[in-house]
Amino acid sequence: MSAESKYETHEYDVLVIGAGGAGLRAAIEASAMGARTALVCKSLLGKAHTVMAEGGIAAAMANVDPQDGWETHFKDTMRGGVFVNNWRMAQLHAQQAPDRVRELERWGAVFDRTHDGKILQRAFGGHTYRRLVHVGDRTGLEMIRTLQEKGVHQGIDVFMECAVTRLLKDGDRIAGAFAYWRETGRYVIFKSKAVVLCTGGIGKAYKITSNSWEYTGDGQALAYHAGAELLDMEFLQFHPTGMVWPPGVSGLLVTESVRGDGGQLRNNKGERFMFKHIPDRYKPQISETEAEANQWIAEIRAGKQPTARKPAELLPRDIVARGIYMEVKEGRGSPHGGVFLDISHMPAEYVKKKLPSMYHQFKDLADVDITREPMEVGPTTHYIMGGIRVNPDTQESAVPGLFAAGEAAGGLHGANRLGGNSLSDLLVFGKLAGEHAAQHAKTAGPPKVDDAQADGAAREMNEFFTRADGENPYQIHAELQDMMQSLVGIFRVEDELRKSLEKLATLKNRAARVCIKEGNKMFNPGWHLCKDLQNMILIAEAVARAAQFRKESRGAHSRLDHPGFNPEFAKVNTVAFKGRDGAMQLEGRPLPEMPAELKQLIETEKNHKERHG
Amino acid sequence: MAEVRKFKVYRGDKNGGQLTEYNVQVEPGMVVLDGIHQIQRTQAADLACRWNCKAAKCGSCSAEVNGKPRLLCKTRLDDFDPAEIITVRPVKTFPLIRDLVCDVSWNFEVNKKIPPLTPKKTADWVMHQEDMDRVQEFRKCIECFLCQNVCHVLRNHDLKDRFYGPRFMVRIACLEMHPMDGLDRTKLLKDEAGLGFCNITKCCTEVCPEEIHITDNAIIPLKERVADRHYDPLRAFWRKIMGADHPCTCADGG
Repeated sequence: MSAESKYETHEYDVLVIGAGGAGLRAAIEASAMGARTALVCKSLLGKAHTVMAEGGIAAAMANVDPQDGWETHFKDTMRGGVFVNNWRMAQLHAQQAPDRVRELERWGAVFDRTHDGKILQRAFGGHTYRRLVHVGDRTGLEMIRTLQEKGVHQGIDVFMECAVTRLLKDGDRIAGAFAYWRETGRYVIFKSKAVVLCTGGIGKAYKITSNSWEYTGDGQALAYHAGAELLDMEFLQFHPTGMVWPPGVSGLLVTESVRGDGGQLRNNKGERFMFKHIPDRYKPQISETEAEANQWIAEIRAGKQPTARKPAELLPRDIVARGIYMEVKEGRGSPHGGVFLDISHMPAEYVKKKLPSMYHQFKDLADVDITREPMEVGPTTHYIMGGIRVNPDTQESAVPGLFAAGEAAGGLHGANRLGGNSLSDLLVFGKLAGEHAAQHAKTAGPPKVDDAQADGAAREMNEFFTRADGENPYQIHAELQDMMQSLVGIFRVEDELRKSLEKLATLKNRAARVCIKEGNKMFNPGWHLCKDLQNMILIAEAVARAAQFRKESRGAHSRLDHPGFNPEFAKVNTVAFKGRDGAMQLEGRPLPEMPAELKQLIETEKNHKERHG
Repeated sequence: MAEVRKFKVYRGDKNGGQLTEYNVQVEPGMVVLDGIHQIQRTQAADLACRWNCKAAKCGSCSAEVNGKPRLLCKTRLDDFDPAEIITVRPVKTFPLIRDLVCDVSWNFEVNKKIPPLTPKKTADWVMHQEDMDRVQEFRKCIECFLCQNVCHVLRNHDLKDRFYGPRFMVRIACLEMHPMDGLDRTKLLKDEAGLGFCNITKCCTEVCPEEIHITDNAIIPLKERVADRHYDPLRAFWRKIMGADHPCTCADGG
């Protein structure tokens, strides 16, 4: 019996996996180009991780700071990413983000406004000008709802609560995907000429994370097994401000907007410690004294063009996260092991208007009224800069017909992502991926589904039930999270990385034999975790291997045994892929050559940085 | 020794089920969803429950805790008397799939019937914050469907084929009050959407975790609009002679 008659089968031109900002935007574009498009997601539509994005969409629209333009946004992105970004992605992103925002407004997004009725923009870490288009602190919700409304009226077929476990191939090219319905556990085949992976990140491999259960590295793992390459997986962002108390919410995101709107970081001595951590390269734009920082806050509060430089709290995330970590480690932390983030000096009404969900989050979950008292915050695993390696213009991976966009793809953010560049990334590259996937589908013939691949995928999922003896997946997951948190965290060192790889090898063997003894295939989270766990362990290995390979400290990747930049590593990206023997290979790959005019744009800056660090 | 709390969680599917007891180790500041996760980790790996953000931003974890519709991620154990058992049941208005997970797909079908933002020809996209404020209130909706769950038209009378429910009144109000929108959805409201079924008991407003004033700010103004357009004879005559009528004529975009 052929796979197509054995399993529920759907046929499409373009299959988009993941329905966050990137997936929805890709599906909208593919469908607008006339491709029959399916969108598959693990949760209900509109619940993807994009709803958690708070601060805003970075786009050089120059609505409040007229000096802004794509060149400055490009430079800021490269500087924030410490110059190992894919230059072409950084260029396209900076150039196209404003159009993507305007388009979103035409589709119904309701952004906060300036006095003259334009889209308002707010300050954020690492951005020279006020650049983030926002709606209070719930910008992600606005974006996902807008895309969702646009998408459902455009004839995209949405498959909710359906999880993909394998990509299917027809020779070298992509042929579709194998999935199961979460509700019934029934298997389903999507036969498709092109597949776009928009599955987000990997945060669930860590104990303290701002990420939801969905963030298990599915897209990266699917792509890896299908023969694609994973780029720069060592660059994992720890957001400086996650909640630290109560225990149940530890890691939950506290938006950078708190600092963008005037929030101050202090240790238990009352000191604004970030002024101690200003790298030379940021001195032209960051205040060196509290007085100047306070002047900046007074100016933005009054709605004026700031003349002072920005507060040190608005340094890029990697620098602030390390600053906080050091304060806690050296004994100057808050009672629950964080530092204080305080916005209570601003008027209560301003705080409630600009940060409504933060106000409620702290009031409801931690009994803290942020208009009157400081929050306690500490670093939390938030975002992976690395991801599936793609062609910057088309978003196609090394596998013909397989595309990726958003957090699942790598390249744009280099060694550290600036706040706000994620939502714009989703829009810009979601659109490009959808467009090129549809283009690809136009010329590609119908793929053939290989029965053996489909049966193999079904067998893998069945075995979690049929195995007689095996461990509970929750136990192994908890061990993975503890291990990654302590051995492959904010600061890394050779010894610990080596240990992490040994431990991962053991966990991998144990995870290969997990089983689920309770329930059946109907909506069974334990069964679902069995598969997600394999993905997390694989991706954790890529992170640890890449971290071991890069013997320098750059952006979010800090090696205690290799502090500072190394000129050799400045020239390479890391690439992980499946070797012929099935084991993971890792190598350095030279950065793509940047054209002269862009080089010139960032050259002065880069020289300065490589000299002064 | 850590405090232990008794939970009773509904286990079952469309063929029936029962409340099952579990003991949960209490941590400070714990919410009901933490308890459910602990049960999954240590006692019932297959306990079905939806969740995503754990921060009251995605609206996935709606359920009924000790009889009250709530988001599990926002319901703290210390809100209850220490001796009280925490009883968690699925929302009642939608068909059960398994344990705490219900089939809410009807809502997604309703949403498709609402014509999206249709900009006026004259739209210049200069919009002022004062006009945005009232639209933004509606945009806060996280689609937890708790309002749908408590609406007696849907919950007690099961008139899902005749009334769209409060969530979608909010959605329509949001479009109708958008400064650049040029479509009139009053006919849809009056007929297919069944606005008249709402008799403003405000149950929806009470349960909204986003504190949207569903009845006062969305439903009542919509009722006024419908009355204005469809029951005011002077206006109807005026429209007839001026030809200024753009009724919404079809379900997928007008």
